[in-house]
Amino acid sequence: MNLEPIDVVVVGAGPAGMAGARTLSELGLSVVLLDEQCAVGGQIYRGIASASPARREMLGPDYAAGAKLADALRGSTVRHETGASVWQVTRERHVHYLQNGKVRSFAAKAVLLATGAMERPFPIPGWTLPGVMTAGAAQILLKTAGIGPQGPVVLAGCGPLLYLLGWQYLRAGIAISALVDTSRREDYWRARGHLLAALRAWPYLRKGVSLLRALRKGGVPHYTGAEGLQVEGEGQAQALSFTVDGQRQHLPASTVLLHQGVVPNIQFTQALRAQHRWDEAQLCFVPETDRWGALDVPFISVAGDGAGIGGAQAAAIQGRLAALGLARDLGSITPAQRDSTAAPLRAELEQNLRIRPFLDALYRPREENRIPPRDDVTVCRCEEVTAGDVRRFVELGCSGPNQAKSFGRCGMGPCQGRMCGLTVTEIIAKSRGLTPDEVGYYRIRPPIKPITLGELASG
Amino acid sequence: MPTDSLFRRVDAEGARTVEVTFDDQPLSVPAGLTVAAALLLGGVRQFRTSPVGGGPRAPYCMMGVCFECLVEIDGVPSRQSCLIEVADGMRIRSQQGARDLPFPQPEAVVMEVQP
Repeated sequence: MNLEPIDVVVVGAGPAGMAGARTLSELGLSVVLLDEQCAVGGQIYRGIASASPARREMLGPDYAAGAKLADALRGSTVRHETGASVWQVTRERHVHYLQNGKVRSFAAKAVLLATGAMERPFPIPGWTLPGVMTAGAAQILLKTAGIGPQGPVVLAGCGPLLYLLGWQYLRAGIAISALVDTSRREDYWRARGHLLAALRAWPYLRKGVSLLRALRKGGVPHYTGAEGLQVEGEGQAQALSFTVDGQRQHLPASTVLLHQGVVPNIQFTQALRAQHRWDEAQLCFVPETDRWGALDVPFISVAGDGAGIGGAQAAAIQGRLAALGLARDLGSITPAQRDSTAAPLRAELEQNLRIRPFLDALYRPREENRIPPRDDVTVCRCEEVTAGDVRRFVELGCSGPNQAKSFGRCGMGPCQGRMCGLTVTEIIAKSRGLTPDEVGYYRIRPPIKPITLGELASG
Repeated sequence: MPTDSLFRRVDAEGARTVEVTFDDQPLSVPAGLTVAAALLLGGVRQFRTSPVGGGPRAPYCMMGVCFECLVEIDGVPSRQSCLIEVADGMRIRSQQGARDLPFPQPEAVVMEVQP
């Protein structure tokens, strides 16, 4: 195996990775940025380098802001490898990736993981039907391909991304049949406790209010407090049904776009056996880090949403802070230089994160959309294991997600538990009357991305 | 099988098209798209059937996480079509159930047994 030496490998070219890689290179370190996609941007700024001014205008100013990060990266000495699927990062900082069917490897002095977030699973009846997608998926189609659904489309769930997509669809001239909101009046009451802090992050709050106002003005029917969501159809989504105020509603839809927030992508930090904890406010596992994003694994740090959801602007700042931390660990700068450069960034980060407790409380996904009450709902989409199956495993003595694998192959398909991990943890925790921390998560093992033996042998 | 598409273009960017096939049916799609986006635009609703229950599946996340968009591309099975860009002449096939192993079938050996 040919290990190419390098100072720092950055995994993921979203805001945290782009900003972190550039900062590291400015401090004189050799940096390679590995990313699975064909171009920089991550998911939030997907397609930013190729989007025309018209498309940027349609997608809005928050998206266009990503161009600055992409431009800065282009003007730096960072080596950017596209189409590079990292399948293993070892505790010794060997980074293995697959590119064009060939395995390549780096031996790095430090690694910055900026693998971002993924959308929280939304296990409801019918969510495996063609025509059902995440709101993020629909937004990626809009950003990278300029395409949107035709025929009746329903947006369902909660969270800023859902409303942003609705707003972008209105601007793109795509008709929306309805916005089916799962947040309830009591969510607003719960969130109210954090309103004062949120008011200090006024631009965020104003943005949210203006998105919802635009949707209302655009004539999009808005149902709130929806429960009992169910996608109906034979071989293809045909309708979304749900209950509001005791009334069952049935909306025809050939495209159903689901969203209930995003959660950290923890495949690498889990595979590294770094310490994680359950975040009860964000209802997900997050890796334990110090204030520079450093894991309890030497010279490996994590920045951006992969360390806990903070959004794109916070991610870019965290990328810079993690870069400063690693540069200090590698001896490129002194602790004093690190701290003085970091001080204004920390203030900016704090300002950015003020809105979070409010958003987390307001858009806390409902339990019935995380832990399916119906036994027949598919939880593990790859191996087709249902919520009822998992509960039966528990009755038979299954104590946690890892045991669930041997009970019924749950989490053992190609997605490696990405789509079911949180659901399975929460189902088992609830059934056993334990906390998610006590129940734990899947033991993630490399390869993080599927790789054939032939490809492996090519290294 | 391509039918009326559930998707349409909302801007006219990237006028260049490439020719691909999906299950031997020709499709003309805009260049620069991922295979998954191109197939959705081209009217493909079902990308594969699931290996366990044989249920219809199509892209769910479009970002490399869910593996629902797996198709065979130029003879290689189980490719994540949301991560690969379309190219002229690409032969794409839907995947039925679990992937086939790409080993050549061994020639049947016929032996004549003399009494």
